[in-house]
Amino acid sequence: MTDAAIQPAGRHVYSVSELTRKVKLTLEEEVGRVWVEGEISNFRRQGSSGHCYFTLKDGAAQLAAVLFAGAQRGGAAQLADGMVIRACGDVTVYEARGQCQLVVRAIEAGGVGLLMARFEALKRRLQQEGLFDASRKRPLPLLPRHVGVVTSADGAAIHDLLTVLARRFPNLRVTLAPARVQGAGASAEIAAAIALLNGLLPDRPDVLIVGRGGGSLEDLWAFNEEEVVRAVAASAIPVISAVGHETDTTLCDFAADVRAPTPSAAAERVVGCKEDFERLLAGHGRAMRQALARRLDLLRQRCEAAASSRMLREPGRLTERRAQTLDNLELRLARAAAAASRGARQRVERSRLLVARAAALTPAGERVARLGRELERAAARRLERTRSALGGLERQLRALGPQAVLERGYSLTRTAGGALVRDAGQVAQGAVVRTQVASGSFESVVR
Amino acid sequence: MAKRENTAQEGQPGFEAALKRLEELVARMESGELGLDDLIAAFEEGQKLVKQCSDKLSDVERRIEILVKDGSGAVSARPFDPDQP
Repeated sequence: MTDAAIQPAGRHVYSVSELTRKVKLTLEEEVGRVWVEGEISNFRRQGSSGHCYFTLKDGAAQLAAVLFAGAQRGGAAQLADGMVIRACGDVTVYEARGQCQLVVRAIEAGGVGLLMARFEALKRRLQQEGLFDASRKRPLPLLPRHVGVVTSADGAAIHDLLTVLARRFPNLRVTLAPARVQGAGASAEIAAAIALLNGLLPDRPDVLIVGRGGGSLEDLWAFNEEEVVRAVAASAIPVISAVGHETDTTLCDFAADVRAPTPSAAAERVVGCKEDFERLLAGHGRAMRQALARRLDLLRQRCEAAASSRMLREPGRLTERRAQTLDNLELRLARAAAAASRGARQRVERSRLLVARAAALTPAGERVARLGRELERAAARRLERTRSALGGLERQLRALGPQAVLERGYSLTRTAGGALVRDAGQVAQGAVVRTQVASGSFESVVR
Repeated sequence: MAKRENTAQEGQPGFEAALKRLEELVARMESGELGLDDLIAAFEEGQKLVKQCSDKLSDVERRIEILVKDGSGAVSARPFDPDQP
């Protein structure tokens, strides 16, 4: 076959038109109407005709496509670069260029809806630009005094938001920059309102809430439009995005500094409860007073310990030093008391009383010391008196005692059992008795 | 780009900075590492900060406004009540 084809005798030479036509017919016959999925690129809409031209591509190949104005229905308005779609069309060849192309008759999104495909495409593009970077996120002010709101003036969102704000922080300033939040022109109004609040100098809000209540994907669409996303990203004031319900995610959320699931939740995020702040401050005040009181207690205890122990040993010197320390303390306490709030003042006053009481211990200590010394002297004198009294008694006792009698020549006689013999009848004949004299003793047998 | 710190009135530090400083002071006072002089100085400064912060909590009046454009495009603020459109 190949060999035959290149034989000069049997060969058929096509004109370009002929061949192109043949390819075209073959394609139309063999391939015909198909569905094809790919990503849109090089999208352009011809101004005069309204026809749309684009390329469908995947990782390895691309295919030219055309969507004629007459074939366009609802979805076509959403087409944009980056969208992944499924197109139904006829494969043909555009003969003037010899280019294979798809004449699109109908479009549906690849996998997700067309809006979502557009969402994904824009998200990817802005992400690559860095608009959603975490490094761009700014912290919200802890205590905003002026909150700017961008939403509809007559939706449920502003009502909910103001209700929550009033409950959490009654004295707050709120400025609403009204904007339509759905339908044609909504995105432009939202972007303009964000810019307007940013321009409110010098009374600019500290923080913005941008959002709306729940709705369908189409209702929320304005918050996925590029101009809204860019306005949020460009805001000099930190932005909380609060669009729809918990499950709704918009590009506005990605660009904002903080995303809140609902407008009410945004109101909760934007400012803490006034009472919580008040409790926090009161707690700090209390902690400081307690820390000071603890220290004063400690000093007082040391003061008392010193007064009761060392004072007895070195009364004079210590008293002077202690008095000085106390004067010093008094001075510092006076300063602290002056600065303190009423509660603290009472506490310090009480501490001052306690310290004064500790101070009162000082003269007492001195007195105790003096008494101690006197007591010791008195005890010594008493001991001396007792000792000499005892000497006299001893002499008297010695004069009256048996030894002195024996020395005068008397003796003591005892039975074998040790009983003193006072009666001759106490001893029988033959009994042995012991007789004690002044010096020594002897035994005798009674006859 | 944004001037974010809510600084302002009479050259005092903003609420956030004041609260942060206050927390530091409390932590140091509670640590027990301060001498009596420093303790009392911290106490005095802390009391001032508590007052400053408390004042800030109440230094703004409740005010709900809506921005409206007149025919010439000039923007002005008017009181706003969402229940009475």
